Amino acid sequence: MSTVPRFWRHIPQRYNLVGTHCEKCDEYYYPPRTICPNCRRNAKMEDYKFSGMGTVLTYTTIYNATDDFKRQTPYNLAIIELLEGPRLTGQLICSPDEIKIGMKVKPVFRILGKEGDRGIIYYGTKFVPVEGSV
Amino acid sequence: MRSVSIIGAGCTRFGERWGDSLRDLVVETGIMALEDTSVSGEEIDGLYVGNMSGGRFVEQEHIGALISDCAGLSRLHVPSTRVEAACASGGLALRQGVLAVASGYSDVVIAAGVEKMTDVTGGVAADALAAAADREWECFFGATFPALYAMIARLHMHRFGTTREELALVAVKNHHNGSMNPISQYQMEISVEKVLRSPLVADPLRVLDCSPITDGAAAVVLAPTEVARKYSDAPIKILAAAQASDTLALHDRRDITTLDASVYAARKAFSQAGLAPKDIDLAEVHDAFTIGEIVAIEDLGFVEKGEGGKAAEEGLTAIGGKIPINTSGGLKACGHPVGATGIKQAYEMVLQLRGEAGKRQVEGVEVGLTHNVGGCGGTALVHIMSR
Amino acid sequence: MPAGIVSYGVYIPKYRIRAEEIARVWGEREDMAKSLNVFEKSVPDFDEDAVTIGVEAARNAVRRGSIDPARIGAIYAGSESHPYAVKPTGTIVGEAIGVSHELTAADFEFACKAGTAAVQACLGLVTANLIDLGLAIGTDTSQGAPGDALEYTAAAGAAAYIIGRENLAAEIEGFYSFTTDTPDFWRREGMPYPEHGGRFTGEPGYFKPVTSATRGLLKKMRTIPEDYDYAVFHQPNGKFPVRVAGQLGFSREQIEPGLVVPWIGNTYSGSSLIGLAATLDVARPGERVFLASFGSGAGSDAFSIRVCDGIEDVRDKAPKVREFFDNVQYLDYAVYAKHKGKLRL
Repeated sequence: MSTVPRFWRHIPQRYNLVGTHCEKCDEYYYPPRTICPNCRRNAKMEDYKFSGMGTVLTYTTIYNATDDFKRQTPYNLAIIELLEGPRLTGQLICSPDEIKIGMKVKPVFRILGKEGDRGIIYYGTKFVPVEGSV
Repeated sequence: MRSVSIIGAGCTRFGERWGDSLRDLVVETGIMALEDTSVSGEEIDGLYVGNMSGGRFVEQEHIGALISDCAGLSRLHVPSTRVEAACASGGLALRQGVLAVASGYSDVVIAAGVEKMTDVTGGVAADALAAAADREWECFFGATFPALYAMIARLHMHRFGTTREELALVAVKNHHNGSMNPISQYQMEISVEKVLRSPLVADPLRVLDCSPITDGAAAVVLAPTEVARKYSDAPIKILAAAQASDTLALHDRRDITTLDASVYAARKAFSQAGLAPKDIDLAEVHDAFTIGEIVAIEDLGFVEKGEGGKAAEEGLTAIGGKIPINTSGGLKACGHPVGATGIKQAYEMVLQLRGEAGKRQVEGVEVGLTHNVGGCGGTALVHIMSR
Repeated sequence: MPAGIVSYGVYIPKYRIRAEEIARVWGEREDMAKSLNVFEKSVPDFDEDAVTIGVEAARNAVRRGSIDPARIGAIYAGSESHPYAVKPTGTIVGEAIGVSHELTAADFEFACKAGTAAVQACLGLVTANLIDLGLAIGTDTSQGAPGDALEYTAAAGAAAYIIGRENLAAEIEGFYSFTTDTPDFWRREGMPYPEHGGRFTGEPGYFKPVTSATRGLLKKMRTIPEDYDYAVFHQPNGKFPVRVAGQLGFSREQIEPGLVVPWIGNTYSGSSLIGLAATLDVARPGERVFLASFGSGAGSDAFSIRVCDGIEDVRDKAPKVREFFDNVQYLDYAVYAKHKGKLRL
């Protein structure tokens, strides 16, 4: 699913949705970008922590997955538009018929996967509908 | 920059080729392509091969050297290059070959594509294909390749009213075409009901909306147009070879229901050829999933945005229609050995433009277009060719 | 110098399984729920474990108290279902709530009282002025062997307490612990399910340490049960805490707000701390809470707590315990077994 250094390197991004913000053109990026596509080398990038609140732009329910995710099917995947603008791809935890385009969601901390019985556990962010959750 | 033509083409039978290795497939198609022309081995200046993932499927990299070696050309020390753009690797190899000849740097070049996908289990293949997407920010969170196209389909259906039946009709049409294509993986017709009853892969896409796992290889031989008649009675002229990139991840796209890479590559190709969509007689487009064909014919300018769904239903894209799409059977029925598809599309175009497409021949064709996409739109290649 | 609870947070997963469903599968008495006074228990989702629910509880504590995580100088996470035998739960929780690198951390284990032991450790560092704030967590996604009595009660839940010296929501006036070496309930390294001594877990197991710790604290504080408005005892089922309260002279009214086990089961390291949170959710400034946890092995930590004015500022800023009782989803035994990884794959 990943390797130890590759996972560790992105822990702040996965646990806490830390992305970037270009102070020059005021655009927000998650997943984070080092180079702003608008300003390129003239950008002024800083870290930015997203709240994770957003809405569903589009979605699917996956019945057939790669080996890493086989045991979790069926699960929902969505493209979520965060309040600040950028979009990310994430799992949506709810029943498939609950999902509506435009639905409000919020982030939760969950296990994303495991490297077998002996490897590390990958933690990160998934999403749940705001309605009906605590 | 000089004009380039295809002087020979070959393509293996696509399917689950248990008895044949990657090397076997490459040799098979190479021989077919060369026997279609009178070029000799000593005249070959260069080889380009599209292969997405030799490393994951058969634990083999350095495919360029491998191809040259298998082809018996290593003693002639022919330069051989493997190019990769996920599912657009074949189209990329074609363009690289065209550029090499057009620039004057090379005279006779082979552009090939090969993928051997069945030596690993389905789960491993799915993971290898997922590398066409954004591994860190899509796949790590559980995205599969079909899931990304499913999300495009979902939004297209929501915005434009495209229906489940319209998606199914694309598969039905392509299977009908494939049933008339000797190299097609699937040669049986299917019905809309069969598509709608097939198991869900990533809602709303079902098994029969998705192109299969396939082994296969294809190759074309390229030469300057000014000498093409020396090698072939029916050389096919390349009028345009265009390429464009876009963001890797689907979530970063400007509009999730449009592949901007296809739009830009098509614009550049039409500009290079001095033509417009209405001048195209038929096209091979990238239907890795049924929604792919619907979006492609919109992006290439054959129909208005949002009208792609109706096209199959109205017969627009059938063999006798206004703009026949995927007469080969497309990726869906003909099969999708990832690196080979872009070259197979060129092979089908060559047959059609020569009048050698048998039962699936489109009448009076002069100009054809091929469209090859990498991932869910990170790369797009558009070629235009004519008699 | 007063020290105590600056903020608190809990998390309980949204799935439940009813006791009668478990009884149905194992062919046991239909009124099992009544005999245990546990009607249903919480079940974690496939992608939840003691770490993830600990994070949610800690995030709620941080939010409730509007805490700057950089002030946290110690993290102690207590559980008997730490996902790693070696690699601390506390550091993952810390990262997820945005702490700095300047802190100490370690994981605790003492069966169901690992969380209250963590509170005591934080209290020590805070009152000694060695740290500004401490984070104590009790979290579990505990397992009961299929068909075993524990299966009716082994549940999932987490509570996080931020301990400090200023802006207290509740002051910890004193504590008293009673600790023995009693093999009433245990789990060997590498084994998936715990073992227990049957009826032995009652008297020598639960009742002796809890009553001893309670009497010890009342003597030390020079208080009597009537001095307290509320009492919370560890809740392995719905009967023991009621019985021990009666034995010690606490009333049914005192323990009622904190008695959550009938609806969520035994959340092990989270149990008494979630009961305390449920009580703080309703207690008013000036009121007093008595808390006695219990951990097999065996011991009990008793606390005398006085609610402060600060509770009014923080109480409503994060979900209360009873909010986790709404919008729950019931599972049948097969799906429950799949969730808990009891099916050998």
